[in-house]
Parts: sequence; structure tokens; C-alpha cells
Amino acid sequence: MKSFRLVWANLRRKKVRTTLTIGSFTVALFLFGLLAAVRMGFRGGTDAAGADRLDVINRVSLILPLPLSYRDRLLKVPGVAGVTYATWFGGVYQDERNFFPQFAVDKDTWFDVYADYVVSPEGRDAFMKDRQACMVGRALAKRFGFKVGDRIPLRGTIWAGNWEFNVAGVYDGGRPDADTSGMFFRGDYLEENRAFGQGSVGWYVVKLSDPDDAVRVTKAIDALFANSPFETLTQTEKAFAASFVKQMGNVELLIMTIGSVVFFTLLLVTGNTMAIAVRERSGELAVLKTVGFSDIRVLRLILAEAILIAGQGGLIGLALAKLVIPGLSRALPMLGVLYVSPLTFVAGFALALAVGTAAGLLPAIGAMRLRVVDALRRV
Amino acid sequence: MVRIDGKGNGSCLVCVRDLDKIYTRGSEEIHVLQGLNLEVEAGDFVAFMGPSGSGKTTLLNLLGGLDLPTSGSIVVAGDEITRMSAGKLTDWRARHVGFIFQLYNLIPVLTAYQNVELPLLLTKLSKSDRRKHVETALAVVGLSDRMGHYPRQLSGGQEQRVAIARAIVADPTFLLCDEPTGDLDRKSADEIMDIIDRLVKEHGKTVLMVSHDPRAAERARVVLHLDKGVLMEAAKVGGGA
Repeated sequence: MKSFRLVWANLRRKKVRTTLTIGSFTVALFLFGLLAAVRMGFRGGTDAAGADRLDVINRVSLILPLPLSYRDRLLKVPGVAGVTYATWFGGVYQDERNFFPQFAVDKDTWFDVYADYVVSPEGRDAFMKDRQACMVGRALAKRFGFKVGDRIPLRGTIWAGNWEFNVAGVYDGGRPDADTSGMFFRGDYLEENRAFGQGSVGWYVVKLSDPDDAVRVTKAIDALFANSPFETLTQTEKAFAASFVKQMGNVELLIMTIGSVVFFTLLLVTGNTMAIAVRERSGELAVLKTVGFSDIRVLRLILAEAILIAGQGGLIGLALAKLVIPGLSRALPMLGVLYVSPLTFVAGFALALAVGTAAGLLPAIGAMRLRVVDALRRV
Repeated sequence: MVRIDGKGNGSCLVCVRDLDKIYTRGSEEIHVLQGLNLEVEAGDFVAFMGPSGSGKTTLLNLLGGLDLPTSGSIVVAGDEITRMSAGKLTDWRARHVGFIFQLYNLIPVLTAYQNVELPLLLTKLSKSDRRKHVETALAVVGLSDRMGHYPRQLSGGQEQRVAIARAIVADPTFLLCDEPTGDLDRKSADEIMDIIDRLVKEHGKTVLMVSHDPRAAERARVVLHLDKGVLMEAAKVGGGA
């Protein structure tokens, strides 16, 4: 600690170089925060998926419907505690750039099966009473300024025409990364007004009595509808969400690859900067050793410089990411809910310190091994 | 009393026996110091003179524990430094040796105060005690009013005075000066030599100095000539203490 002033003074020696090196950490850690947020956004559904829920879709394709009549048959499968359904609506609000997901859901059961959504009793009541009622997510409400009582007009793309909905309530997610960028409205409103597809739903969601019974129930459901015109594919909600994400390609691998390249480059850049700094100061390091600074103490001084650079840059980058990403999330809702979690922050900071340590290690060892006599001769 | 014949009674502060230093360059061996003996008592002021390449700086490096001899021994205040590990030698250096270099070798990003404080960072002294020591050392060299100045804001002579303050701040057993006036004009050189003189006469410091400058060397109590790695003669100089 007594030598901190020396470390700090050395950092201020070449202000431009130090600032640029800190800047490279800032950029890298901002990117880390962003990539981690995007990754979490893509995985958000996967992580938030309930362990006690199964999704039942058409075996041929997710976009093909299932008969509404399946609901009662699903309820009779042993181990099934509840059943609800949803249908993708695909409406446009004012402009196609204003994309947000809308689902027609079973008004009676949706919020029971998805008990992790937080809805006020008044909102739930209003949802039950008004056929055109809808529930908007907190993020969606914030994005467009929707509030209870507002009317939301949507232009149908699958089912043509103008559809109007009344905001009955705003739902919240049970977790900070829960996706609240969507809208749920009553399935009976869609059923009565659509030109085709009556008597069908997009997919079912089955609530299990016992999550450990998932494999047996999954097999039982698919066996029940085997060899029918609408065979089913049942999977856990986590697997369903993961397969949905996979449709967009291996985003995780892409993100990891970009992240690794960035950090490797950072390692080289910082390592080179530190090596130059040590080489320039070899005479001074020799003087420190001459007055009694041990080799280990000199090593620690150099490492401390590298770690301080990394720590400062990392903190600034992560703080920037934390500030900027919520805005980005609102601007690009198709990426899901983006936010820098505390875990991401801590992991990013630890990563920055690790890169700083690794980058400073070789130059620090060089400084540690520096022979005083040789270095003084070069002064 | 300074002896170079190796026949002293061992009561010396610095006792050098049969010191050899050989550098190897490829297959060639360069004998920088050959069978050197030296005895310096506490409070002595010794100047080493000699042509370039005669081994003066090498001798100083060996006496300061910065380098190890090929053979022979160096005992300082009872410690045989030639047998110490690198770590112990570093500790020993911090306690016993004050270095003054030709080019001052101050840390440019630290103030005069901070430069002088450097050796004390290795001690267990409190901040206030360190401050007292630093202020005293800077007062000895007459730079109490320049404590907050950076090296670039000081003249060459002032920089060397800061370097002297740094060398004496931890109250070392002896001072090693490598061409302390080599980079200074005459007036500044005389001022520096006045300070070193005072350190010997008033503070009882032991000083071993390498110099090319006869005017600097004549301040020493004893001048030793080093030629081709051999201490040739000892001369008493009238200007010394």
C-alpha cells in the first residue's frame, strides 16, 4: 500500500498511453457486457422456463396448429395438473418497425399456468370481463407508453383486418431478466373474429403435477396423439425455448468467439504496452532495486500497474454497458430483454483483472529478473 | 586508515580480500579486478581514480552488493556480503548502503520528497516518522524549500542533492558515489563535494567515491588509483579531513 503512490505516479507518466490502454479495456468490457446481455436475452426464455411446464407443438412444425379439442384430452393424461394454450398473432402496431410479440391465450388458464407472471387482481378481473382485453408486459408498456384503459390497434398480418384491444393490466416478470416485451389477449376474441383456423391453437402448455414426471408425461402425450392428423411433439419448456433460439443459428458460439477474440487481442495490446513501459523504465527499476526494493516487490509494482489499468477500464466499460444497454434493449426489442446482471458485472470485472494480470505477468517477470548492473549501465 | 596490502587486523568497516572479477565475453576472459585487497575504517573518505575500464565502477558495484565477485570476499560491518543470497543482499543494501550516481537517477514522476522517501517505504517507520526523516535529509542538502518539486523542475546540482538526500535518509553504514560530479558544472560540483565533505566531517559518514575529477578526488582523505584491475598506490591528499 505504501508503494501505491509510486504505482499511481507511473500510470500518470504517459497519460495518453495509459488512457488509450484503459480505453481498450473500456471498449472490450463494454462489448463483453453487451454480448453477455444479448446472450442472456437469447437465453432469457430458456433460463426463465419453468421446470414444471411442457410445451406441446405440432410434430411437423411449430407454425402448424393443433386442434382445440386436444385440451380436454391432455387434461386426462395422468400427471397433468393444468393445460393452457397460445396462438401467435403477428399484428403490426402502427409501423412494422414497432414489432412486439402478441399471443392469443386462454383467458381462464393462462395466468394460472404461468403463475410467475405478476398481474394485479384488478387487471386480472378486467381481463376476464372484456372480450377485447389485453395484458401488456412492463417493458412493452414502457416502450410505447401504454397504460390501463388505452386502446391498442393492430393490423393483422396472418388474420387480415384491424384488431383493437383494451389494456386491462400490465404484467411483470418474476425475475429481472423475465421477458415483459409482449402482449397477451383473449383467445376467444381471436376465435370469433378470424377468417380461418377456427377450432385450432398454436401450441399447448401443460403444467405438471410433479416436474420429475416430465419424461413419462411427455411420452404419454405424444403416444396419445400418435398416428393422428395432428401428431404432437412434446418437450420441456426449456428444450422448447432452446430450440426456438437455435432457429436463429448458434448465437452463443458466435458471441463466445467474438468475445474470445476481443480479449485475446486485448491481452496482446496490454502486454505489449506493459512491456514497452517496463523497457523504458529499466533504469528506474534498477534504482529501486539498488535502494532495496526486492525482486518480488518490483514484480508486484508492475503487476499492480497492469491490474489497475485493467480494473479501471473494466469498471468504466461495465458501467457504460449497464447504462447504455437498457436503452438499446428498448430500441431493439427483437433481441429480447437485455440487461447487465450483477453476475455479468462481477464476471466481467474478474475477467478484466485476469487479463490485466496475464498481460502484466511477462513484463513483470522481466522486471523482476532485471540485473541492476546491466540496467544501470544502459542509463 | 585505509590499507590495500591485505595485512590489516580486521577491525575495518569494509574489508576486501583477494577480490577477483572476471567477465566472460564469448571465449575471452576479461579480468576486471585482480586480487584486490582493501580495508576502510568507519568515517573514512576514499576516492578511487583511474582510466576508463580500470574497474572502478565494478569495484563500487561489488562493494554495494549489486554484483558478485568471481572470487574473494567482502565483509562490511561484520557481514560477508559475498556469501549472501540475492534476497538477503537486497535487504542488506537497504540497511547499509546509500548510492549516489553520476546521472542522479531520480524517479521523474515523483517529487523530491517522494524520491527521498523511497528507501523508507521499505522500513516499518510510520508516515509521520518518514516525513521527519525526509525533511531532515532534505535540510542537510539544503533543499527544504524544494520538497514538492519534480526532478524536471530542478537544476542538475539540485537533482544530485536530492539524490544525496535519498542516499542518506535511511542512515546507511556507508555511501557509494559513482562520479557524483561527473555531470555537473564546476560550481555545482563544488557544492556537491561540500555536502559530501560535511557528511564525512559532521555526520561521520564513510564515503567511497569513484571520480575522474581531480578536484573532487582531492576532497577525499585517501585517493586510490586503480589500473587494469589492480589498486596501484595509495596517496594521501592534503585537502581531506
